[in-house]
Amino acid sequence: MKTEYKIIVDLIEEKTRVLDVGCDDGTLMESLKKDKNVDARGIEISKDKVQICVSKGLTVIEGNAELDLKQFPNDSFDYVVLGQTLQAFVNPEIVIKELLRVGKKAIITIPNFGHWKVRLNLLIKGTMPITESLPNDWYNTPNIHMCTIKDFVKFSKIINFKIFKSLALTNKNISKITNSNLFYKNLFAELGIFLIEK
Amino acid sequence: MNIKENIKTLVIKKPLKLDCGKTINNFPLAYETYGSLNKNKDNAILVFHALTGDQFVTGINPVTKKDGWWSYAVGPNKSIDTNKYFVICANVIGGCMGSFGPSHKNPDTNKIYGTDFPVITINDMVNAQVNLLDHFEIKKLFSVVGGSMGGMQVLQFISNYPDKANTVVPIACTSNHSAQNIAFNELGRQAIASDHNWSDGKYLSNNTLPDKGLSVARMAAHITYLSKKGLQEKFGRKLQERDALKFGFDADFQIESYLRYQGSVFVDRFDANSYLYITRAMDYFDLVKQFDGNLSNAFKKTKAKFFIISFTSDWLYPTQENKDIVIALNAIGADVGFVEIKSDKGHDSFLLDVPDFLKTLKNFLDKSYSER
Repeated sequence: MKTEYKIIVDLIEEKTRVLDVGCDDGTLMESLKKDKNVDARGIEISKDKVQICVSKGLTVIEGNAELDLKQFPNDSFDYVVLGQTLQAFVNPEIVIKELLRVGKKAIITIPNFGHWKVRLNLLIKGTMPITESLPNDWYNTPNIHMCTIKDFVKFSKIINFKIFKSLALTNKNISKITNSNLFYKNLFAELGIFLIEK
Repeated sequence: MNIKENIKTLVIKKPLKLDCGKTINNFPLAYETYGSLNKNKDNAILVFHALTGDQFVTGINPVTKKDGWWSYAVGPNKSIDTNKYFVICANVIGGCMGSFGPSHKNPDTNKIYGTDFPVITINDMVNAQVNLLDHFEIKKLFSVVGGSMGGMQVLQFISNYPDKANTVVPIACTSNHSAQNIAFNELGRQAIASDHNWSDGKYLSNNTLPDKGLSVARMAAHITYLSKKGLQEKFGRKLQERDALKFGFDADFQIESYLRYQGSVFVDRFDANSYLYITRAMDYFDLVKQFDGNLSNAFKKTKAKFFIISFTSDWLYPTQENKDIVIALNAIGADVGFVEIKSDKGHDSFLLDVPDFLKTLKNFLDKSYSER
Protein backbone atom coordinates (compact mmCIF):
# COMPACT_ATOMS: atom_id res chain seq x y z
CA MET A 1 0.00 0.00 0.00
CA LYS A 2 1.07 3.57 -0.69
CA THR A 3 2.87 5.28 2.21
CA GLU A 4 0.33 8.07 1.90
CA TYR A 5 -2.48 5.64 2.74
CA LYS A 6 -0.56 4.24 5.71
CA ILE A 7 -0.21 7.72 7.15
CA ILE A 8 -3.92 8.40 6.68
CA VAL A 9 -4.86 5.10 8.35
CA ASP A 10 -2.64 6.06 11.30
CA LEU A 11 -4.32 9.43 11.64
CA ILE A 12 -7.81 7.91 11.90
CA GLU A 13 -9.17 6.62 15.18
CA GLU A 14 -10.83 3.23 15.48
CA LYS A 15 -14.54 2.63 14.97
CA THR A 16 -15.23 6.02 13.47
CA ARG A 17 -17.30 7.01 10.43
CA VAL A 18 -15.18 8.01 7.45
CA LEU A 19 -16.06 9.38 4.02
CA ASP A 20 -13.39 8.94 1.36
CA VAL A 21 -13.94 11.57 -1.33
CA GLY A 22 -12.52 10.30 -4.59
CA CYS A 23 -12.01 6.84 -3.14
CA ASP A 24 -10.50 5.41 -6.35
CA ASP A 25 -10.47 1.59 -6.27
CA GLY A 26 -11.22 1.52 -2.54
CA THR A 27 -7.73 0.52 -1.34
CA LEU A 28 -7.75 3.06 1.48
CA MET A 29 -11.32 2.20 2.49
CA GLU A 30 -10.44 -1.48 2.65
CA SER A 31 -7.55 -0.96 5.02
CA LEU A 32 -9.58 1.46 7.13
CA LYS A 33 -12.24 -1.23 7.49
CA LYS A 34 -9.71 -3.94 8.21
CA ASP A 35 -7.23 -2.11 10.45
CA LYS A 36 -9.40 0.44 12.18
CA ASN A 37 -12.85 -1.13 12.09
CA VAL A 38 -14.12 1.99 10.44
CA ASP A 39 -17.59 2.50 8.93
CA ALA A 40 -16.28 3.67 5.56
CA ARG A 41 -18.19 5.30 2.71
CA GLY A 42 -16.84 6.51 -0.60
CA ILE A 43 -17.63 8.86 -3.45
CA GLU A 44 -15.99 8.17 -6.78
CA ILE A 45 -16.48 9.80 -10.16
CA SER A 46 -15.34 6.88 -12.33
CA LYS A 47 -17.94 4.18 -13.08
CA ASP A 48 -15.25 1.53 -13.46
CA LYS A 49 -13.73 2.35 -10.09
CA VAL A 50 -17.16 2.30 -8.43
CA GLN A 51 -17.71 -1.17 -9.85
CA ILE A 52 -14.35 -2.31 -8.48
CA CYS A 53 -15.32 -0.94 -5.06
CA VAL A 54 -18.67 -2.78 -5.19
CA SER A 55 -16.85 -6.02 -5.98
CA LYS A 56 -14.83 -5.45 -2.79
CA GLY A 57 -18.02 -5.05 -0.76
CA LEU A 58 -17.46 -1.34 -0.20
CA THR A 59 -20.27 1.20 0.09
CA VAL A 60 -19.56 3.69 -2.64
CA ILE A 61 -21.73 6.12 -4.56
CA GLU A 62 -20.88 7.30 -8.03
CA GLY A 63 -20.66 11.05 -7.86
CA ASN A 64 -18.76 14.28 -8.03
CA ALA A 65 -17.43 15.80 -4.81
CA GLU A 66 -18.32 19.34 -5.86
CA LEU A 67 -21.97 18.39 -6.46
CA ASP A 68 -22.58 15.43 -4.21
CA LEU A 69 -21.20 16.45 -0.82
CA LYS A 70 -24.32 18.61 -0.48
CA GLN A 71 -26.50 15.59 0.24
CA PHE A 72 -24.74 14.75 3.50
CA PRO A 73 -25.96 16.42 6.68
CA ASN A 74 -23.65 18.43 8.96
CA ASP A 75 -21.15 16.38 10.98
CA SER A 76 -22.30 13.09 9.46
CA PHE A 77 -18.74 11.74 9.47
CA ASP A 78 -15.90 11.80 11.98
CA TYR A 79 -13.41 12.19 9.16
CA VAL A 80 -13.63 13.14 5.51
CA VAL A 81 -10.59 12.23 3.42
CA LEU A 82 -9.59 14.09 0.25
CA GLY A 83 -6.48 12.56 -1.30
CA GLN A 84 -4.52 14.61 -3.83
CA THR A 85 -7.53 16.16 -5.53
CA LEU A 86 -8.00 19.56 -3.90
CA GLN A 87 -6.02 21.11 -6.74
CA ALA A 88 -8.48 19.74 -9.32
CA PHE A 89 -11.53 21.60 -8.02
CA VAL A 90 -12.93 24.79 -9.48
CA ASN A 91 -13.35 26.27 -6.02
CA PRO A 92 -11.06 24.72 -3.35
CA GLU A 93 -12.41 27.09 -0.69
CA ILE A 94 -15.96 25.79 -1.07
CA VAL A 95 -14.72 22.20 -1.14
CA ILE A 96 -12.76 22.60 2.12
CA LYS A 97 -15.74 24.26 3.77
CA GLU A 98 -17.99 21.42 2.57
CA LEU A 99 -15.54 18.80 3.86
CA LEU A 100 -15.54 20.47 7.27
CA ARG A 101 -19.31 20.78 7.29
CA VAL A 102 -19.88 17.11 6.48
CA GLY A 103 -17.01 15.87 8.64
CA LYS A 104 -15.91 16.82 12.13
CA LYS A 105 -12.36 16.58 10.84
CA ALA A 106 -10.86 16.37 7.37
CA ILE A 107 -7.66 14.86 6.07
CA ILE A 108 -6.35 16.55 2.96
CA THR A 109 -3.25 15.55 1.04
CA ILE A 110 -1.66 17.81 -1.54
CA PRO A 111 1.08 17.20 -4.08
CA ASN A 112 3.63 19.88 -3.19
CA PHE A 113 4.21 22.31 -6.05
CA GLY A 114 6.99 23.88 -4.00
CA HIS A 115 9.20 20.79 -4.34
CA TRP A 116 12.68 21.66 -5.61
CA LYS A 117 12.34 19.54 -8.73
CA VAL A 118 9.22 21.46 -9.72
CA ARG A 119 10.96 24.75 -9.06
CA LEU A 120 14.08 23.71 -10.96
CA ASN A 121 12.01 22.39 -13.84
CA LEU A 122 10.38 25.77 -14.34
CA LEU A 123 13.61 27.70 -13.70
CA ILE A 124 15.81 25.74 -16.10
CA LYS A 125 13.41 24.57 -18.78
CA GLY A 126 11.07 27.50 -18.59
CA THR A 127 8.08 25.23 -19.24
CA MET A 128 5.30 24.05 -16.91
CA PRO A 129 6.76 21.35 -14.66
CA ILE A 130 6.04 17.71 -15.37
CA THR A 131 6.92 15.25 -12.60
CA GLU A 132 6.03 11.70 -11.54
CA SER A 133 3.09 12.84 -9.43
CA LEU A 134 2.10 15.58 -11.91
CA PRO A 135 2.47 13.86 -15.28
CA ASN A 136 0.18 16.06 -17.42
CA ASP A 137 0.91 18.96 -19.73
CA TRP A 138 -0.47 22.37 -18.82
CA TYR A 139 -3.21 22.08 -21.44
CA ASN A 140 -4.59 18.71 -20.38
CA THR A 141 -3.99 18.64 -16.65
CA PRO A 142 -6.99 18.25 -14.34
CA ASN A 143 -4.94 20.15 -11.76
CA ILE A 144 -6.09 23.70 -12.19
CA HIS A 145 -5.29 24.98 -8.70
CA MET A 146 -1.83 23.69 -7.78
CA CYS A 147 -0.43 24.89 -4.50
CA THR A 148 2.61 24.44 -2.28
CA ILE A 149 2.70 23.28 1.33
CA LYS A 150 3.36 26.88 2.30
CA ASP A 151 0.36 28.05 0.25
CA PHE A 152 -1.89 25.56 2.02
CA VAL A 153 -0.72 26.72 5.46
CA LYS A 154 -1.36 30.30 4.39
CA PHE A 155 -4.78 29.31 3.01
CA SER A 156 -5.78 27.98 6.45
CA LYS A 157 -5.40 31.50 7.83
CA ILE A 158 -7.21 33.13 4.92
CA ILE A 159 -10.30 30.96 4.97
CA ASN A 160 -10.01 30.20 8.66
CA PHE A 161 -9.61 26.52 9.43
CA LYS A 162 -7.32 24.90 11.97
CA ILE A 163 -4.46 22.65 10.95
CA PHE A 164 -4.28 20.02 13.66
CA LYS A 165 -1.46 17.95 12.29
CA SER A 166 0.75 18.55 9.30
CA LEU A 167 3.04 15.90 7.91
CA ALA A 168 5.47 15.84 5.04
CA LEU A 169 6.26 12.84 2.88
CA THR A 170 9.78 12.86 1.47
CA ASN A 171 11.19 9.74 -0.20
CA LYS A 172 8.73 7.56 1.73
CA ASN A 173 9.86 9.16 5.00
CA ILE A 174 7.33 10.90 7.17
CA SER A 175 8.17 14.00 9.17
CA LYS A 176 6.33 16.74 10.99
CA ILE A 177 5.96 20.15 9.47
CA THR A 178 6.50 22.97 11.95
CA ASN A 179 6.69 26.73 11.63
CA SER A 180 10.46 26.56 11.88
CA ASN A 181 11.05 23.88 9.23
CA LEU A 182 8.32 25.01 6.83
CA PHE A 183 10.86 26.50 4.41
CA TYR A 184 12.74 23.18 4.07
CA LYS A 185 9.67 20.93 4.00
CA ASN A 186 8.21 23.12 1.31
CA LEU A 187 11.35 22.58 -0.71
CA PHE A 188 11.88 18.85 -0.16
CA ALA A 189 8.51 17.18 0.55
CA GLU A 190 6.64 15.57 -2.33
CA LEU A 191 3.38 15.47 -0.45
CA GLY A 192 1.78 17.38 2.40
CA ILE A 193 -0.75 15.60 4.64
CA PHE A 194 -2.98 17.75 6.83
CA LEU A 195 -5.49 16.90 9.51
CA ILE A 196 -7.76 19.91 9.74
CA GLU A 197 -10.72 21.14 11.75
CA LYS A 198 -13.18 24.03 11.60
CA MET B 1 -56.22 -16.09 -21.54
CA ASN B 2 -56.13 -19.50 -19.95
CA ILE B 3 -54.35 -19.88 -16.68
CA LYS B 4 -52.56 -23.19 -16.85
CA GLU B 5 -52.56 -25.69 -14.04
CA ASN B 6 -48.82 -25.40 -13.31
CA ILE B 7 -49.17 -22.14 -11.46
CA LYS B 8 -48.41 -22.28 -7.74
CA THR B 9 -50.91 -20.33 -5.72
CA LEU B 10 -51.08 -19.27 -2.11
CA VAL B 11 -54.56 -18.41 -0.90
CA ILE B 12 -54.26 -15.52 1.50
CA LYS B 13 -56.87 -15.84 4.21
CA LYS B 14 -55.77 -12.86 6.26
CA PRO B 15 -57.85 -9.80 5.33
CA LEU B 16 -55.92 -7.13 3.46
CA LYS B 17 -57.16 -3.57 3.73
CA LEU B 18 -56.45 -1.87 0.43
CA ASP B 19 -55.53 1.81 0.08
CA CYS B 20 -58.83 2.41 -1.72
CA GLY B 21 -60.64 1.48 1.50
CA LYS B 22 -61.93 -1.94 0.47
CA THR B 23 -60.82 -5.10 2.26
CA ILE B 24 -60.05 -8.32 0.43
CA ASN B 25 -59.55 -11.80 1.87
CA ASN B 26 -59.24 -15.38 0.71
CA PHE B 27 -57.58 -14.14 -2.43
CA PRO B 28 -55.03 -16.03 -4.55
CA LEU B 29 -51.40 -14.97 -4.90
CA ALA B 30 -49.58 -16.83 -7.66
CA TYR B 31 -45.84 -17.29 -7.19
CA GLU B 32 -42.82 -19.24 -8.36
CA THR B 33 -39.55 -20.15 -6.64
CA TYR B 34 -36.07 -21.02 -7.89
CA GLY B 35 -33.17 -22.59 -6.00
CA SER B 36 -33.65 -23.89 -2.50
CA LEU B 37 -34.12 -22.39 0.92
CA ASN B 38 -31.20 -23.20 3.23
CA LYS B 39 -31.50 -24.51 6.79
CA ASN B 40 -31.13 -21.11 8.41
CA LYS B 41 -33.66 -19.70 5.94
CA ASP B 42 -31.43 -16.72 5.38
CA ASN B 43 -30.73 -17.05 1.65
CA ALA B 44 -34.06 -15.90 0.26
CA ILE B 45 -34.41 -13.12 -2.28
CA LEU B 46 -37.81 -11.68 -3.07
CA VAL B 47 -37.82 -10.44 -6.66
CA PHE B 48 -40.53 -7.99 -7.69
CA HIS B 49 -41.61 -7.87 -11.32
CA ALA B 50 -42.27 -4.84 -13.50
CA LEU B 51 -45.49 -3.75 -15.23
CA THR B 52 -45.83 -6.60 -17.70
CA GLY B 53 -43.75 -9.22 -15.89
CA ASP B 54 -44.95 -12.19 -13.90
CA GLN B 55 -43.73 -14.74 -11.38
CA PHE B 56 -41.81 -16.72 -14.01
CA VAL B 57 -38.51 -14.94 -13.60
CA THR B 58 -36.22 -17.38 -15.37
CA GLY B 59 -36.19 -20.63 -17.30
CA ILE B 60 -39.09 -21.30 -19.65
CA ASN B 61 -42.33 -19.61 -18.70
CA PRO B 62 -44.81 -22.55 -18.64
CA VAL B 63 -47.66 -20.36 -19.89
CA THR B 64 -46.02 -18.37 -22.68
CA LYS B 65 -43.37 -21.03 -23.44
CA LYS B 66 -40.84 -18.23 -23.74
CA ASP B 67 -37.80 -17.36 -21.62
CA GLY B 68 -38.58 -15.85 -18.24
CA TRP B 69 -38.38 -12.05 -18.18
CA TRP B 70 -35.17 -11.92 -16.14
CA SER B 71 -33.34 -14.92 -17.58
CA TYR B 72 -30.18 -12.85 -18.06
CA ALA B 73 -29.94 -12.01 -14.36
CA VAL B 74 -31.46 -14.98 -12.54
CA GLY B 75 -30.31 -18.60 -12.71
CA PRO B 76 -27.43 -20.90 -11.76
CA ASN B 77 -24.18 -18.86 -11.47
CA LYS B 78 -25.92 -15.74 -12.76
CA SER B 79 -26.19 -12.36 -11.00
CA ILE B 80 -28.90 -13.71 -8.74
CA ASP B 81 -27.37 -17.14 -8.40
CA THR B 82 -30.01 -19.81 -7.86
CA ASN B 83 -27.31 -22.25 -6.75
CA LYS B 84 -26.85 -19.99 -3.78
CA TYR B 85 -30.10 -18.13 -3.24
CA PHE B 86 -33.74 -19.08 -2.90
CA VAL B 87 -35.56 -16.77 -5.29
CA ILE B 88 -39.24 -16.06 -4.79
CA CYS B 89 -41.36 -14.01 -7.15
CA ALA B 90 -45.09 -13.41 -7.03
CA ASN B 91 -47.46 -12.13 -9.66
CA VAL B 92 -48.70 -8.76 -8.40
CA ILE B 93 -52.32 -8.47 -7.35
CA GLY B 94 -54.18 -6.83 -10.19
CA GLY B 95 -52.08 -8.96 -12.56
CA CYS B 96 -53.13 -11.71 -14.92
CA MET B 97 -50.86 -14.68 -14.22
CA GLY B 98 -52.91 -16.26 -11.46
CA SER B 99 -52.94 -13.62 -8.73
CA PHE B 100 -56.15 -11.91 -7.70
CA GLY B 101 -57.01 -9.61 -10.60
CA PRO B 102 -59.72 -8.05 -12.74
CA SER B 103 -60.16 -11.22 -14.84
CA HIS B 104 -61.27 -13.15 -11.74
CA LYS B 105 -64.87 -13.78 -10.82
CA ASN B 106 -66.42 -11.70 -8.07
CA PRO B 107 -67.84 -14.33 -5.67
CA ASP B 108 -70.61 -11.95 -4.60
CA THR B 109 -72.03 -11.41 -8.08
CA ASN B 110 -70.55 -14.46 -9.83
CA LYS B 111 -69.48 -12.10 -12.63
CA ILE B 112 -65.98 -11.30 -13.84
CA TYR B 113 -64.76 -8.21 -12.02
CA GLY B 114 -63.54 -6.18 -14.98
CA THR B 115 -63.43 -2.56 -13.86
CA ASP B 116 -65.39 -3.44 -10.71
CA PHE B 117 -62.11 -4.77 -9.40
CA PRO B 118 -60.81 -2.47 -6.64
CA VAL B 119 -58.06 -0.05 -7.63
CA ILE B 120 -54.85 -1.38 -6.14
CA THR B 121 -51.59 0.36 -5.27
CA ILE B 122 -47.91 -0.55 -5.02
CA ASN B 123 -48.45 -0.58 -1.25
CA ASP B 124 -51.27 -3.14 -1.64
CA MET B 125 -49.05 -5.28 -3.87
CA VAL B 126 -46.24 -5.57 -1.30
CA ASN B 127 -48.66 -6.03 1.58
CA ALA B 128 -50.08 -9.02 -0.29
CA GLN B 129 -46.64 -10.45 -1.09
CA VAL B 130 -45.25 -10.20 2.44
CA ASN B 131 -47.52 -13.17 3.24
CA LEU B 132 -45.07 -15.33 1.28
CA LEU B 133 -42.53 -14.85 4.07
CA ASP B 134 -44.87 -16.44 6.59
CA HIS B 135 -45.68 -19.18 4.11
CA PHE B 136 -41.99 -20.12 3.82
CA GLU B 137 -41.30 -19.31 7.49
CA ILE B 138 -38.69 -16.77 6.50
CA LYS B 139 -38.03 -14.20 9.21
CA LYS B 140 -35.76 -12.01 7.17
CA LEU B 141 -35.02 -12.00 3.47
CA PHE B 142 -31.43 -11.73 2.35
CA SER B 143 -32.52 -9.27 -0.31
CA VAL B 144 -35.38 -7.54 -2.07
CA VAL B 145 -34.60 -6.79 -5.72
CA GLY B 146 -36.56 -5.31 -8.59
CA GLY B 147 -36.38 -3.00 -11.57
CA SER B 148 -38.83 -0.37 -12.77
CA MET B 149 -42.18 -1.03 -11.04
CA GLY B 150 -40.32 -3.85 -9.27
CA GLY B 151 -38.00 -1.19 -7.85
CA MET B 152 -40.97 0.79 -6.57
CA GLN B 153 -42.17 -2.34 -4.77
CA VAL B 154 -38.67 -2.79 -3.32
CA LEU B 155 -38.78 0.74 -1.88
CA GLN B 156 -42.31 0.30 -0.54
CA PHE B 157 -41.46 -3.09 0.93
CA ILE B 158 -38.50 -1.89 2.98
CA SER B 159 -40.45 1.15 4.08
CA ASN B 160 -43.35 -1.02 5.30
CA TYR B 161 -41.18 -3.84 6.68
CA PRO B 162 -37.86 -2.27 7.72
CA ASP B 163 -36.60 -5.43 9.48
CA LYS B 164 -37.53 -7.91 6.79
CA ALA B 165 -34.53 -7.62 4.44
CA ASN B 166 -30.76 -7.35 4.81
CA THR B 167 -30.13 -5.79 1.44
CA VAL B 168 -32.28 -3.65 -0.83
CA VAL B 169 -31.68 -3.26 -4.56
CA PRO B 170 -33.99 -0.86 -6.41
CA ILE B 171 -33.04 -0.69 -10.09
CA ALA B 172 -34.02 1.91 -12.71
CA CYS B 173 -36.93 3.25 -10.69
CA THR B 174 -38.30 6.30 -8.95
CA SER B 175 -39.90 7.29 -5.67
CA ASN B 176 -42.85 8.81 -7.54
CA HIS B 177 -44.16 8.96 -11.06
CA SER B 178 -43.42 12.14 -12.99
CA ALA B 179 -46.05 13.89 -15.11
CA GLN B 180 -44.33 12.38 -18.15
CA ASN B 181 -44.62 8.84 -16.68
CA ILE B 182 -48.32 9.39 -15.93
CA ALA B 183 -48.83 10.82 -19.42
CA PHE B 184 -47.41 7.74 -21.13
CA ASN B 185 -49.50 5.44 -18.95
CA GLU B 186 -52.62 7.46 -19.71
CA LEU B 187 -51.89 7.12 -23.41
CA GLY B 188 -51.84 3.34 -22.98
CA ARG B 189 -55.04 3.30 -20.98
CA GLN B 190 -56.85 5.49 -23.47
CA ALA B 191 -55.71 3.25 -26.33
CA ILE B 192 -57.35 0.31 -24.55
CA ALA B 193 -60.49 2.21 -23.56
CA SER B 194 -61.01 3.48 -27.10
CA ASP B 195 -61.01 -0.04 -28.52
CA HIS B 196 -64.69 -0.82 -29.13
CA ASN B 197 -64.10 -4.38 -27.94
CA TRP B 198 -63.08 -3.18 -24.50
CA SER B 199 -66.81 -2.62 -23.73
CA ASP B 200 -66.20 -0.67 -20.51
CA GLY B 201 -64.05 -3.52 -19.27
CA LYS B 202 -66.69 -6.23 -19.74
CA TYR B 203 -64.98 -7.85 -22.71
CA LEU B 204 -64.41 -11.23 -21.03
CA SER B 205 -68.15 -11.66 -20.46
CA ASN B 206 -68.79 -10.57 -24.06
CA ASN B 207 -66.10 -12.87 -25.45
CA THR B 208 -64.44 -10.04 -27.34
CA LEU B 209 -60.89 -8.89 -26.69
CA PRO B 210 -59.60 -5.31 -27.03
CA ASP B 211 -56.49 -6.60 -28.78
CA LYS B 212 -56.02 -3.54 -30.96
CA GLY B 213 -56.13 -1.11 -28.06
CA LEU B 214 -53.85 -3.23 -25.89
CA SER B 215 -51.36 -3.66 -28.69
CA VAL B 216 -51.20 0.09 -29.36
CA ALA B 217 -50.69 0.63 -25.62
CA ARG B 218 -47.80 -1.81 -25.72
CA MET B 219 -46.29 -0.21 -28.83
CA ALA B 220 -46.29 3.23 -27.24
CA ALA B 221 -44.87 1.93 -23.97
CA HIS B 222 -42.23 -0.10 -25.75
CA ILE B 223 -40.77 3.08 -27.29
CA THR B 224 -40.30 4.49 -23.80
CA TYR B 225 -38.29 1.43 -22.78
CA LEU B 226 -35.66 2.00 -25.49
CA SER B 227 -33.30 4.86 -26.21
CA LYS B 228 -33.21 7.02 -29.31
CA LYS B 229 -29.64 5.93 -29.98
CA GLY B 230 -30.48 2.26 -29.48
CA LEU B 231 -33.42 2.47 -31.89
CA GLN B 232 -31.37 4.38 -34.45
CA GLU B 233 -28.57 1.84 -34.36
CA LYS B 234 -30.86 -1.16 -34.56
CA PHE B 235 -33.38 0.11 -37.12
CA GLY B 236 -32.39 3.49 -38.49
CA ARG B 237 -34.51 4.05 -41.60
CA LYS B 238 -34.13 0.46 -42.78
CA LEU B 239 -37.05 -0.86 -44.81
CA GLN B 240 -38.99 -3.99 -43.98
CA GLU B 241 -38.57 -6.70 -46.65
CA ARG B 242 -38.80 -4.21 -49.49
CA ASP B 243 -36.43 -2.16 -51.61
CA ALA B 244 -38.43 1.04 -51.84
CA LEU B 245 -41.22 2.90 -50.08
CA LYS B 246 -44.67 1.63 -51.06
CA PHE B 247 -46.51 4.93 -50.70
CA GLY B 248 -49.08 3.42 -48.38
CA PHE B 249 -49.61 2.71 -44.72
CA ASP B 250 -48.26 -0.80 -44.37
CA ALA B 251 -45.15 -1.21 -42.32
CA ASP B 252 -42.56 0.18 -44.70
CA PHE B 253 -39.93 0.68 -42.01
CA GLN B 254 -38.43 -2.06 -39.88
CA ILE B 255 -39.20 -0.13 -36.72
CA GLU B 256 -42.90 -0.12 -37.63
CA SER B 257 -42.90 -3.83 -38.23
CA TYR B 258 -40.98 -4.42 -35.00
CA LEU B 259 -43.43 -2.40 -32.90
CA ARG B 260 -46.43 -4.10 -34.52
CA TYR B 261 -44.90 -7.46 -33.70
CA GLN B 262 -44.24 -6.40 -30.10
CA GLY B 263 -47.87 -5.31 -29.81
CA SER B 264 -49.26 -8.47 -31.34
CA VAL B 265 -47.32 -10.91 -29.14
CA PHE B 266 -48.18 -8.91 -26.04
CA VAL B 267 -51.93 -9.34 -26.40
CA ASP B 268 -51.52 -13.10 -26.30
CA ARG B 269 -50.09 -12.99 -22.81
CA PHE B 270 -51.59 -9.95 -21.14
CA ASP B 271 -55.00 -8.87 -19.96
CA ALA B 272 -56.13 -5.37 -20.95
CA ASN B 273 -57.84 -4.61 -17.64
CA SER B 274 -54.73 -5.72 -15.74
CA TYR B 275 -52.82 -3.22 -17.84
CA LEU B 276 -55.18 -0.49 -16.67
CA TYR B 277 -54.96 -1.48 -13.03
CA ILE B 278 -51.20 -1.90 -12.87
CA THR B 279 -50.40 1.34 -14.70
CA ARG B 280 -52.78 3.09 -12.30
CA ALA B 281 -50.90 1.62 -9.34
CA MET B 282 -47.64 2.99 -10.78
CA ASP B 283 -49.14 6.44 -11.30
CA TYR B 284 -50.50 6.54 -7.76
CA PHE B 285 -47.13 5.54 -6.29
CA ASP B 286 -45.66 8.46 -4.35
CA LEU B 287 -43.40 7.45 -1.51
CA VAL B 288 -42.45 11.10 -0.98
CA LYS B 289 -46.06 12.07 -0.34
CA GLN B 290 -46.60 9.03 1.88
CA PHE B 291 -43.96 10.50 4.16
CA ASP B 292 -45.19 14.08 4.07
CA GLY B 293 -42.69 15.31 1.54
CA ASN B 294 -39.59 13.82 3.15
CA LEU B 295 -38.43 10.66 1.40
CA SER B 296 -35.75 10.03 4.04
CA ASN B 297 -38.46 9.24 6.56
CA ALA B 298 -39.51 6.24 4.45
CA PHE B 299 -36.20 4.59 5.34
CA LYS B 300 -35.56 5.85 8.87
CA LYS B 301 -36.45 2.58 10.56
CA THR B 302 -34.33 0.24 8.46
CA LYS B 303 -30.73 -0.83 8.90
CA ALA B 304 -30.66 -2.56 5.54
CA LYS B 305 -27.86 -2.05 3.04
CA PHE B 306 -29.06 -0.32 -0.13
CA PHE B 307 -27.59 -0.52 -3.60
CA ILE B 308 -29.18 1.62 -6.29
CA ILE B 309 -28.54 1.17 -9.99
CA SER B 310 -29.55 3.42 -12.89
CA PHE B 311 -28.70 3.47 -16.60
CA THR B 312 -27.27 6.32 -18.68
CA SER B 313 -29.80 6.02 -21.52
CA ASP B 314 -32.91 5.44 -19.36
CA TRP B 315 -35.14 8.46 -19.95
CA LEU B 316 -38.23 6.86 -18.40
CA TYR B 317 -36.71 6.68 -14.91
CA PRO B 318 -33.59 8.79 -15.41
CA THR B 319 -30.51 8.71 -13.21
CA GLN B 320 -31.51 11.85 -11.35
CA GLU B 321 -34.72 10.21 -10.09
CA ASN B 322 -32.71 7.22 -8.85
CA LYS B 323 -30.20 9.57 -7.32
CA ASP B 324 -32.92 11.37 -5.38
CA ILE B 325 -33.38 8.10 -3.50
CA VAL B 326 -29.62 7.95 -2.83
CA ILE B 327 -29.70 11.53 -1.55
CA ALA B 328 -32.64 10.76 0.76
CA LEU B 329 -30.73 7.77 2.16
CA ASN B 330 -27.47 9.68 2.63
CA ALA B 331 -29.38 12.39 4.46
CA ILE B 332 -30.08 9.88 7.24
CA GLY B 333 -26.69 8.18 7.15
CA ALA B 334 -28.06 4.97 5.64
CA ASP B 335 -25.73 2.41 4.09
CA VAL B 336 -26.18 3.16 0.41
CA GLY B 337 -24.13 2.48 -2.70
CA PHE B 338 -24.98 3.79 -6.13
CA VAL B 339 -23.79 3.32 -9.70
CA GLU B 340 -25.04 4.52 -13.06
CA ILE B 341 -24.35 1.85 -15.67
CA LYS B 342 -23.37 2.94 -19.16
CA SER B 343 -25.76 1.43 -21.69
CA ASP B 344 -27.52 2.44 -24.91
CA LYS B 345 -30.40 0.07 -24.27
CA GLY B 346 -32.63 2.53 -22.45
CA HIS B 347 -34.89 1.65 -19.56
CA ASP B 348 -34.95 -1.99 -20.70
CA SER B 349 -31.22 -2.26 -19.90
CA PHE B 350 -31.97 -4.04 -16.64
CA LEU B 351 -33.74 -6.84 -18.53
CA LEU B 352 -31.10 -7.27 -21.22
CA ASP B 353 -27.59 -8.58 -21.59
CA VAL B 354 -25.70 -5.61 -20.16
CA PRO B 355 -22.52 -7.20 -18.75
CA ASP B 356 -21.50 -4.27 -16.50
CA PHE B 357 -24.92 -4.31 -14.88
CA LEU B 358 -25.08 -8.08 -14.46
CA LYS B 359 -21.56 -8.18 -13.01
CA THR B 360 -22.18 -5.31 -10.60
CA LEU B 361 -25.43 -6.80 -9.34
CA LYS B 362 -23.73 -10.16 -8.80
CA ASN B 363 -20.77 -8.60 -7.02
CA PHE B 364 -22.99 -6.62 -4.69
CA LEU B 365 -25.18 -9.58 -3.75
CA ASP B 366 -22.43 -12.17 -3.41
CA LYS B 367 -20.14 -9.90 -1.40
CA SER B 368 -22.98 -8.81 0.90
CA TYR B 369 -24.03 -12.43 1.35
CA SER B 370 -20.53 -13.56 2.32
CA GLU B 371 -20.20 -10.67 4.80
CA ARG B 372 -23.66 -10.96 6.32
